[in-house]
Amino acid sequence: MSVRLTDGDQAYLAGDHGPSAQSAMRIVVRLADTMEAEGLLDITGAHIDSCLYHGPAVLDFADWLADGGAQVAVPTTLNVSSLDLLHPDLYRGDPDWAVQARRLMERYEEMGCRPTWTCAPYQLDIRPSFGEQIAWAESNAIVFANSVLGARTHRYGDFIDICAAICGRAPAAGLHLDENRRGTLLVCLEGLGDDLLDRDVFYPVLGYLVGQTAGHDVPVIDGLPPSVGEDRLKALGAAAASAGSVGLFHAVGSTPEAPTVEAAFQGVEPERVVVVSTAELRVARDALSTTGDSRLGTVSLGTPHYSVAEISRLVELLDGRSVHPDVSFYVSTGRDVLAEVGLRGWEEPLRSAGVTFVTDTCTYITPILAETSRPAMTDSGKWAYYAPGNLGVEVVFGSVEDCVSSAVAGEVVRDDGIWGDG
Amino acid sequence: MADRPRVLVAGTAAGEVLRLDEPLSFWGGVDPVSGRITDLRHPQVGQSVAGRILIMPFGRGSSGGSSVIAEGIRAGTAPSAILLLEPDEIVTLGAIVADELYGESIPVVVLAEDQHSSLRTGQQVTVAPDGSVVGT
Repeated sequence: MSVRLTDGDQAYLAGDHGPSAQSAMRIVVRLADTMEAEGLLDITGAHIDSCLYHGPAVLDFADWLADGGAQVAVPTTLNVSSLDLLHPDLYRGDPDWAVQARRLMERYEEMGCRPTWTCAPYQLDIRPSFGEQIAWAESNAIVFANSVLGARTHRYGDFIDICAAICGRAPAAGLHLDENRRGTLLVCLEGLGDDLLDRDVFYPVLGYLVGQTAGHDVPVIDGLPPSVGEDRLKALGAAAASAGSVGLFHAVGSTPEAPTVEAAFQGVEPERVVVVSTAELRVARDALSTTGDSRLGTVSLGTPHYSVAEISRLVELLDGRSVHPDVSFYVSTGRDVLAEVGLRGWEEPLRSAGVTFVTDTCTYITPILAETSRPAMTDSGKWAYYAPGNLGVEVVFGSVEDCVSSAVAGEVVRDDGIWGDG
Repeated sequence: MADRPRVLVAGTAAGEVLRLDEPLSFWGGVDPVSGRITDLRHPQVGQSVAGRILIMPFGRGSSGGSSVIAEGIRAGTAPSAILLLEPDEIVTLGAIVADELYGESIPVVVLAEDQHSSLRTGQQVTVAPDGSVVGT
């Protein structure tokens, strides 16, 4: 074992903080060793993905830690789970599965985690600031924290998230370190019209393409308008982390470590350069849909969880109209965001218009959809990516404007004019 | 490269190689009950990873992959080894935690490029604790 440990780390390994903390530290050190970390570093917060039920192993693990009295050492938020605790009737799955999933959620609460149940912890009241070292799991949250907030987390998976939270320590390696945050791949946008760059739907499509291209590179995207908004960067990152293994990207002129191309590359030449034109974007857009069927059973928005601003946009687009009676319309969001939406007086009108809010979970990870025989439409590159495999549903990707028009019409309506089709 | 093979999780395994044409996310990509690939966008959708010596460059996508690998090891539907071209923490963690929790795991090894590219679907191979891979 080549990882240099402090006396404090050794105390954990010796069991001074109890048997669970000892196990947690052993796992942190084992992972640090495989990452060739020189040591561990202090973290100021964690976000846990391990609270999503995948079968007995994840509950065995949580029981193993919680039964030994484990408590988190740093403020820790919880990702989506398998259940919507605020709207339990939405669950259409196996009741035994739900019992196990609920038990898993309770175990993480017992360990002192905050029951936020959202995949967008960066939309909560408290979020990490620039330069903070954190241990986050959930691929879209990781890429947002690193890229948009400039906080520092490696691309952590389940289990290590809670182990790091219990010890307050993480491997000093990977994206925690300056040198690994340097851009390595330059993505140049070429000949794209302002009308395309100014549409929400462009960002998840670009993200999908970047994810497919990047491999383990840190992409630097040059050619976006200045100061791209957080919701667009969120959609870009979520799609990139689904189609690839991107844990950090830089958008020149928008993200904090990329005021210029040179800064994003830390003064070093890019190892690779790719040019993105409208033609490649059209291919990526088409790859996000699995069918050309115009029948519509479902619209699902909010992957990652919709923000207050995105729900405000939905209110605007619906403009008093109602969802067609043959279409189920879901918006997944955090319980904190839904509370804010309620305070602003938007929740009841949206429900009356036919919108079903889903909190604490997401429509593609647990059985919620009323039917999967007709296609589902989404504005999310991540949902479009995973839902066909998870749910066995055909998917049509479109803009939020297309999703709303289609929901009202009761069939798929897409305006592809901005993509220069034809 | 001099440091290859690099053992991320040590163990022994024997079985038939399944070479993946593209990286795979275990979460949303593999059903831990059957071991089958469920990602409809993956060229090898429908094939089973259970008991196979899985060859892929690195993992992809969701953080939940660690849980799906640990669950697969518990349920006996995981690959019998995963041989990578680049280290992948999400894959590694699933194997480490199954080891800590159940005392059962699978080897995860980063191979040199020439060896990684030489392994073909259908070959019978063994993986040793030092990460060496030998045809049988």
